[in-house]
Amino acid sequence: MNLRSVLIAILVTVPLVAVFLYGMRSDPRIVPPAIPGQPAPDFALARMPMTPGEEPSDTVRLSDYRGKVVVLNFWASWCVPCRVEHPELVAVAREYRDRGVVFLGILYNDQVSNARAWLEEMGGEEYPTLLDPGTRTAIDYGLTGVPETVIIDRNGIVRFKRIGIVNREMLVREVEPLLADQEVVGP
Amino acid sequence: MTPRISRLAMALAFAGGVAAAPVAAEARSTPQAASQAAPQDDAELEKLTSAVASQLRCPVCQGLSIEDSPTELARDMRAVVREQLAAGKSPEEVKAYFVSKYGEWILLEPEPRGLNLAVYLLPVLALAGGATVIVRSVRRWTGASAADHADS
Repeated sequence: MNLRSVLIAILVTVPLVAVFLYGMRSDPRIVPPAIPGQPAPDFALARMPMTPGEEPSDTVRLSDYRGKVVVLNFWASWCVPCRVEHPELVAVAREYRDRGVVFLGILYNDQVSNARAWLEEMGGEEYPTLLDPGTRTAIDYGLTGVPETVIIDRNGIVRFKRIGIVNREMLVREVEPLLADQEVVGP
Repeated sequence: MTPRISRLAMALAFAGGVAAAPVAAEARSTPQAASQAAPQDDAELEKLTSAVASQLRCPVCQGLSIEDSPTELARDMRAVVREQLAAGKSPEEVKAYFVSKYGEWILLEPEPRGLNLAVYLLPVLALAGGATVIVRSVRRWTGASAADHADS
Protein backbone atom coordinates (compact mmCIF):
# COMPACT_ATOMS: atom_id res chain seq x y z
CA MET A 1 0.00 0.00 0.00
CA ASN A 2 1.65 3.13 -1.11
CA LEU A 3 0.35 6.65 -0.73
CA ARG A 4 -1.14 6.69 -4.20
CA SER A 5 -3.25 3.58 -3.64
CA VAL A 6 -4.57 5.03 -0.41
CA LEU A 7 -5.40 8.27 -2.17
CA ILE A 8 -7.26 6.51 -4.99
CA ALA A 9 -9.11 4.32 -2.49
CA ILE A 10 -10.25 7.42 -0.62
CA LEU A 11 -11.24 9.24 -3.82
CA VAL A 12 -13.36 6.29 -4.89
CA THR A 13 -14.87 5.39 -1.53
CA VAL A 14 -15.78 8.79 -0.12
CA PRO A 15 -18.14 9.86 -2.95
CA LEU A 16 -19.80 6.44 -2.98
CA VAL A 17 -20.40 6.55 0.77
CA ALA A 18 -21.65 10.13 0.46
CA VAL A 19 -24.15 9.18 -2.26
CA PHE A 20 -25.24 6.16 -0.23
CA LEU A 21 -25.80 8.20 2.94
CA TYR A 22 -27.66 10.86 0.95
CA GLY A 23 -29.91 8.15 -0.46
CA MET A 24 -30.53 6.66 2.99
CA ARG A 25 -31.80 9.98 4.30
CA SER A 26 -34.86 10.02 2.10
CA ASP A 27 -37.67 7.51 1.65
CA PRO A 28 -38.02 6.97 -2.12
CA ARG A 29 -41.73 6.27 -1.66
CA ILE A 30 -42.38 9.72 -0.23
CA VAL A 31 -42.57 12.23 -3.03
CA PRO A 32 -43.19 15.87 -2.16
CA PRO A 33 -46.29 17.06 -4.03
CA ALA A 34 -45.45 19.33 -6.97
CA ILE A 35 -48.73 21.21 -7.09
CA PRO A 36 -48.55 23.65 -4.11
CA GLY A 37 -47.76 27.16 -5.32
CA GLN A 38 -49.43 26.59 -8.67
CA PRO A 39 -52.80 28.01 -9.75
CA ALA A 40 -55.44 25.41 -8.91
CA PRO A 41 -56.65 23.73 -12.13
CA ASP A 42 -60.27 24.72 -12.70
CA PHE A 43 -62.91 22.03 -13.11
CA ALA A 44 -66.59 21.73 -13.95
CA LEU A 45 -67.89 18.56 -12.34
CA ALA A 46 -71.35 17.18 -11.70
CA ARG A 47 -72.48 16.90 -8.11
CA MET A 48 -73.15 13.35 -6.97
CA PRO A 49 -76.90 12.90 -6.43
CA MET A 50 -77.84 11.61 -3.00
CA THR A 51 -81.15 10.08 -4.15
CA PRO A 52 -80.94 6.82 -6.12
CA GLY A 53 -82.12 7.23 -9.70
CA GLU A 54 -81.53 10.97 -9.70
CA GLU A 55 -79.37 12.25 -12.56
CA PRO A 56 -76.15 14.05 -11.64
CA SER A 57 -76.80 17.76 -11.93
CA ASP A 58 -75.56 21.11 -10.66
CA THR A 59 -72.21 21.42 -12.33
CA VAL A 60 -69.80 22.76 -9.74
CA ARG A 61 -66.92 24.90 -10.93
CA LEU A 62 -63.91 25.74 -8.83
CA SER A 63 -63.96 29.26 -10.28
CA ASP A 64 -67.37 29.78 -8.62
CA TYR A 65 -65.55 29.87 -5.30
CA ARG A 66 -62.97 32.50 -6.09
CA GLY A 67 -62.50 34.61 -2.98
CA LYS A 68 -63.13 31.65 -0.69
CA VAL A 69 -60.77 29.11 0.76
CA VAL A 70 -61.50 25.72 -0.83
CA VAL A 71 -60.68 22.34 0.67
CA LEU A 72 -60.78 19.50 -1.89
CA ASN A 73 -60.83 15.99 -0.53
CA PHE A 74 -60.33 13.09 -2.92
CA TRP A 75 -61.94 9.96 -1.53
CA ALA A 76 -63.52 6.59 -2.31
CA SER A 77 -65.82 4.24 -0.42
CA TRP A 78 -63.28 1.41 -0.76
CA CYS A 79 -60.56 3.54 0.83
CA VAL A 80 -60.07 2.54 4.46
CA PRO A 81 -58.08 5.60 5.64
CA CYS A 82 -60.86 7.81 4.20
CA ARG A 83 -63.11 6.46 6.96
CA VAL A 84 -60.67 7.65 9.57
CA GLU A 85 -60.37 11.21 8.30
CA HIS A 86 -63.97 11.81 7.19
CA PRO A 87 -65.34 12.79 10.65
CA GLU A 88 -62.51 15.31 11.03
CA LEU A 89 -63.25 16.86 7.63
CA VAL A 90 -66.95 17.07 8.52
CA ALA A 91 -66.18 18.70 11.87
CA VAL A 92 -63.92 21.35 10.34
CA ALA A 93 -66.39 21.94 7.48
CA ARG A 94 -69.12 22.70 10.04
CA GLU A 95 -66.83 24.87 12.10
CA TYR A 96 -65.71 27.01 9.16
CA ARG A 97 -68.85 27.03 7.03
CA ASP A 98 -69.71 30.60 8.00
CA ARG A 99 -66.15 31.81 7.67
CA GLY A 100 -65.76 31.45 3.94
CA VAL A 101 -64.31 27.94 3.70
CA VAL A 102 -65.83 25.62 1.12
CA PHE A 103 -65.39 21.86 1.39
CA LEU A 104 -65.79 19.68 -1.70
CA GLY A 105 -65.35 15.94 -1.97
CA ILE A 106 -64.18 14.48 -5.28
CA LEU A 107 -64.97 10.84 -5.82
CA TYR A 108 -62.10 8.74 -7.12
CA ASN A 109 -62.60 5.52 -9.03
CA ASP A 110 -65.80 4.43 -7.33
CA GLN A 111 -69.42 3.44 -7.92
CA VAL A 112 -71.93 6.18 -7.14
CA SER A 113 -74.19 3.71 -5.29
CA ASN A 114 -71.31 2.60 -3.04
CA ALA A 115 -70.20 6.17 -2.43
CA ARG A 116 -73.73 7.24 -1.53
CA ALA A 117 -74.18 4.32 0.87
CA TRP A 118 -70.82 5.13 2.45
CA LEU A 119 -71.78 8.78 3.02
CA GLU A 120 -75.08 7.74 4.58
CA GLU A 121 -73.27 5.31 6.82
CA MET A 122 -70.88 8.09 7.84
CA GLY A 123 -73.75 10.30 8.95
CA GLY A 124 -74.99 11.90 5.74
CA GLU A 125 -73.64 14.35 3.22
CA GLU A 126 -72.16 17.37 4.97
CA TYR A 127 -70.70 18.92 1.81
CA PRO A 128 -71.07 18.07 -1.90
CA THR A 129 -69.15 15.26 -3.50
CA LEU A 130 -68.34 15.71 -7.17
CA LEU A 131 -68.02 13.05 -9.83
CA ASP A 132 -64.75 12.92 -11.78
CA PRO A 133 -65.23 10.62 -14.76
CA GLY A 134 -61.94 9.38 -16.20
CA THR A 135 -60.06 10.77 -13.19
CA ARG A 136 -59.19 13.88 -15.26
CA THR A 137 -59.49 16.32 -12.38
CA ALA A 138 -57.62 14.03 -10.00
CA ILE A 139 -54.73 13.77 -12.47
CA ASP A 140 -54.84 17.55 -12.91
CA TYR A 141 -54.17 17.73 -9.17
CA GLY A 142 -51.36 15.14 -9.35
CA LEU A 143 -53.33 12.50 -7.49
CA THR A 144 -51.38 9.40 -6.49
CA GLY A 145 -54.13 7.70 -4.50
CA VAL A 146 -56.81 8.33 -1.88
CA PRO A 147 -57.17 10.02 0.48
CA GLU A 148 -55.55 13.24 -0.68
CA THR A 149 -56.51 16.73 0.38
CA VAL A 150 -55.76 19.99 -1.40
CA ILE A 151 -56.29 23.46 0.07
CA ILE A 152 -56.72 26.43 -2.28
CA ASP A 153 -56.48 30.04 -1.16
CA ARG A 154 -58.80 32.95 -1.93
CA ASN A 155 -56.86 33.73 -5.10
CA GLY A 156 -57.10 30.24 -6.52
CA ILE A 157 -53.56 29.15 -5.68
CA VAL A 158 -52.92 25.67 -4.28
CA ARG A 159 -51.34 26.22 -0.88
CA PHE A 160 -51.32 22.76 0.62
CA LYS A 161 -51.53 19.16 -0.45
CA ARG A 162 -51.59 16.19 1.82
CA ILE A 163 -51.08 12.65 0.54
CA GLY A 164 -52.78 10.54 3.19
CA ILE A 165 -55.00 11.18 6.17
CA VAL A 166 -55.71 14.73 7.38
CA ASN A 167 -56.96 15.59 10.85
CA ARG A 168 -58.66 18.58 12.42
CA GLU A 169 -55.45 20.07 13.76
CA MET A 170 -53.78 19.96 10.35
CA LEU A 171 -56.77 21.47 8.55
CA VAL A 172 -57.16 24.30 11.06
CA ARG A 173 -53.44 25.05 10.94
CA GLU A 174 -53.54 25.34 7.13
CA VAL A 175 -56.89 27.11 6.74
CA GLU A 176 -56.55 29.81 9.42
CA PRO A 177 -53.67 31.78 7.84
CA LEU A 178 -55.42 31.61 4.44
CA LEU A 179 -58.53 33.23 5.92
CA ALA A 180 -56.39 36.14 7.04
CA ASP A 181 -55.25 36.67 3.42
CA GLN A 182 -57.01 39.27 1.33
CA GLU A 183 -58.26 38.44 -2.10
CA VAL A 184 -56.29 40.17 -4.80
CA VAL A 185 -58.90 41.78 -7.02
CA GLY A 186 -57.72 42.29 -10.56
CA PRO A 187 -57.40 40.61 -13.91
CA MET B 1 3.58 10.15 -9.24
CA THR B 2 1.57 13.35 -9.46
CA PRO B 3 1.72 13.70 -13.26
CA ARG B 4 0.50 10.13 -13.56
CA ILE B 5 -2.53 10.87 -11.44
CA SER B 6 -3.36 13.96 -13.43
CA ARG B 7 -2.96 11.98 -16.64
CA LEU B 8 -5.36 9.40 -15.28
CA ALA B 9 -7.80 12.14 -14.30
CA MET B 10 -7.57 13.63 -17.79
CA ALA B 11 -8.19 10.25 -19.36
CA LEU B 12 -11.23 9.72 -17.18
CA ALA B 13 -12.57 13.18 -17.87
CA PHE B 14 -12.09 12.60 -21.60
CA ALA B 15 -13.84 9.24 -21.46
CA GLY B 16 -16.70 10.83 -19.53
CA GLY B 17 -16.99 13.68 -22.01
CA VAL B 18 -17.02 11.37 -25.01
CA ALA B 19 -19.69 9.21 -23.39
CA ALA B 20 -21.79 12.20 -22.34
CA ALA B 21 -21.86 13.69 -25.83
CA PRO B 22 -24.19 11.11 -27.42
CA VAL B 23 -26.47 11.23 -24.37
CA ALA B 24 -26.83 14.98 -24.66
CA ALA B 25 -27.25 14.85 -28.43
CA GLU B 26 -29.94 12.22 -28.11
CA ALA B 27 -31.79 14.21 -25.47
CA ARG B 28 -31.86 17.20 -27.77
CA SER B 29 -32.83 15.39 -30.94
CA THR B 30 -35.74 13.39 -29.50
CA PRO B 31 -38.31 16.19 -29.04
CA GLN B 32 -37.65 17.60 -32.51
CA ALA B 33 -37.99 14.24 -34.15
CA ALA B 34 -41.16 13.53 -32.20
CA SER B 35 -42.93 16.85 -32.79
CA GLN B 36 -42.49 16.44 -36.53
CA ALA B 37 -44.43 13.21 -36.25
CA ALA B 38 -47.80 14.71 -35.35
CA PRO B 39 -50.23 11.79 -35.18
CA GLN B 40 -52.06 11.37 -38.50
CA ASP B 41 -54.06 8.23 -37.88
CA ASP B 42 -55.11 5.96 -35.04
CA ALA B 43 -52.21 3.54 -35.31
CA GLU B 44 -49.71 6.36 -35.28
CA LEU B 45 -51.43 8.02 -32.32
CA GLU B 46 -51.44 4.71 -30.46
CA LYS B 47 -47.74 4.21 -31.15
CA LEU B 48 -46.89 7.70 -29.98
CA THR B 49 -49.09 7.28 -26.89
CA SER B 50 -47.21 4.08 -26.01
CA ALA B 51 -43.88 5.81 -26.50
CA VAL B 52 -44.80 8.66 -24.16
CA ALA B 53 -46.68 6.49 -21.64
CA SER B 54 -43.70 4.15 -21.29
CA GLN B 55 -41.62 7.13 -20.10
CA LEU B 56 -44.06 8.07 -17.34
CA ARG B 57 -44.04 6.42 -13.95
CA CYS B 58 -47.19 4.88 -12.55
CA PRO B 59 -47.75 6.63 -9.20
CA VAL B 60 -49.28 3.60 -7.50
CA CYS B 61 -46.81 0.95 -8.63
CA GLN B 62 -43.19 0.17 -7.89
CA GLY B 63 -41.09 1.11 -10.89
CA LEU B 64 -43.68 0.47 -13.59
CA SER B 65 -44.60 2.84 -16.39
CA ILE B 66 -48.22 3.82 -17.00
CA GLU B 67 -47.87 1.91 -20.27
CA ASP B 68 -47.11 -1.33 -18.43
CA SER B 69 -49.28 -0.92 -15.35
CA PRO B 70 -52.77 -2.44 -15.36
CA THR B 71 -54.06 -0.15 -12.57
CA GLU B 72 -57.02 2.15 -13.07
CA LEU B 73 -55.02 5.29 -12.41
CA ALA B 74 -52.34 4.31 -14.93
CA ARG B 75 -55.05 3.54 -17.50
CA ASP B 76 -56.65 6.93 -16.93
CA MET B 77 -53.28 8.67 -17.15
CA ARG B 78 -52.54 6.89 -20.40
CA ALA B 79 -55.89 8.11 -21.71
CA VAL B 80 -54.85 11.66 -20.81
CA VAL B 81 -51.60 11.17 -22.74
CA ARG B 82 -53.55 10.00 -25.77
CA GLU B 83 -56.05 12.87 -25.55
CA GLN B 84 -53.35 15.49 -25.32
CA LEU B 85 -51.38 14.00 -28.22
CA ALA B 86 -54.55 13.82 -30.29
CA ALA B 87 -55.17 17.48 -29.46
CA GLY B 88 -51.83 18.29 -31.10
CA LYS B 89 -49.53 18.54 -28.10
CA SER B 90 -45.98 17.33 -28.65
CA PRO B 91 -44.65 14.42 -26.57
CA GLU B 92 -42.44 16.90 -24.71
CA GLU B 93 -45.45 19.06 -23.86
CA VAL B 94 -47.37 16.04 -22.59
CA LYS B 95 -44.43 15.01 -20.41
CA ALA B 96 -44.12 18.60 -19.15
CA TYR B 97 -47.80 18.50 -18.15
CA PHE B 98 -47.21 15.44 -15.98
CA VAL B 99 -44.02 16.88 -14.53
CA SER B 100 -45.92 20.04 -13.54
CA LYS B 101 -48.52 17.91 -11.74
CA TYR B 102 -46.35 15.21 -10.19
CA GLY B 103 -42.84 16.60 -10.22
CA GLU B 104 -39.86 15.25 -12.12
CA TRP B 105 -40.31 12.02 -10.22
CA ILE B 106 -42.98 11.05 -12.76
CA LEU B 107 -40.30 10.62 -15.45
CA LEU B 108 -38.84 7.11 -15.40
CA GLU B 109 -35.61 8.46 -16.86
CA PRO B 110 -34.36 11.65 -15.24
CA GLU B 111 -33.56 14.53 -17.59
CA PRO B 112 -29.80 14.60 -18.21
CA ARG B 113 -28.96 17.89 -16.49
CA GLY B 114 -27.73 19.13 -13.13
CA LEU B 115 -27.14 16.52 -10.46
CA ASN B 116 -29.02 14.00 -12.61
CA LEU B 117 -25.99 13.89 -14.91
CA ALA B 118 -24.32 11.73 -12.26
CA VAL B 119 -26.73 8.93 -13.18
CA TYR B 120 -25.43 8.99 -16.74
CA LEU B 121 -21.77 9.80 -16.12
CA LEU B 122 -20.87 7.73 -13.04
CA PRO B 123 -21.25 4.33 -14.73
CA VAL B 124 -19.03 5.53 -17.58
CA LEU B 125 -16.45 6.87 -15.14
CA ALA B 126 -16.53 3.63 -13.17
CA LEU B 127 -16.07 1.65 -16.38
CA ALA B 128 -13.17 3.82 -17.49
CA GLY B 129 -11.61 3.57 -14.03
CA GLY B 130 -11.95 -0.21 -14.03
CA ALA B 131 -10.49 -0.46 -17.52
CA THR B 132 -7.53 1.66 -16.47
CA VAL B 133 -6.89 -0.55 -13.46
CA ILE B 134 -7.04 -3.68 -15.63
CA VAL B 135 -4.75 -2.28 -18.29
CA ARG B 136 -2.20 -1.22 -15.71
CA SER B 137 -2.37 -4.51 -13.85
CA VAL B 138 -1.97 -6.51 -17.03
CA ARG B 139 1.06 -4.44 -17.95
CA ARG B 140 2.55 -5.02 -14.54
CA TRP B 141 1.87 -8.77 -14.64
CA THR B 142 3.30 -9.23 -18.12
CA GLY B 143 6.58 -8.31 -16.58
CA ALA B 144 8.28 -5.17 -15.46
CA SER B 145 9.92 -5.28 -18.85
CA ALA B 146 11.96 -2.66 -20.54
CA ALA B 147 8.94 -1.74 -22.68
CA ASP B 148 6.90 -0.92 -19.60
CA HIS B 149 9.69 1.24 -18.22
CA ALA B 150 9.96 3.04 -21.48
CA ASP B 151 6.21 3.66 -21.43
CA SER B 152 6.18 5.22 -18.02
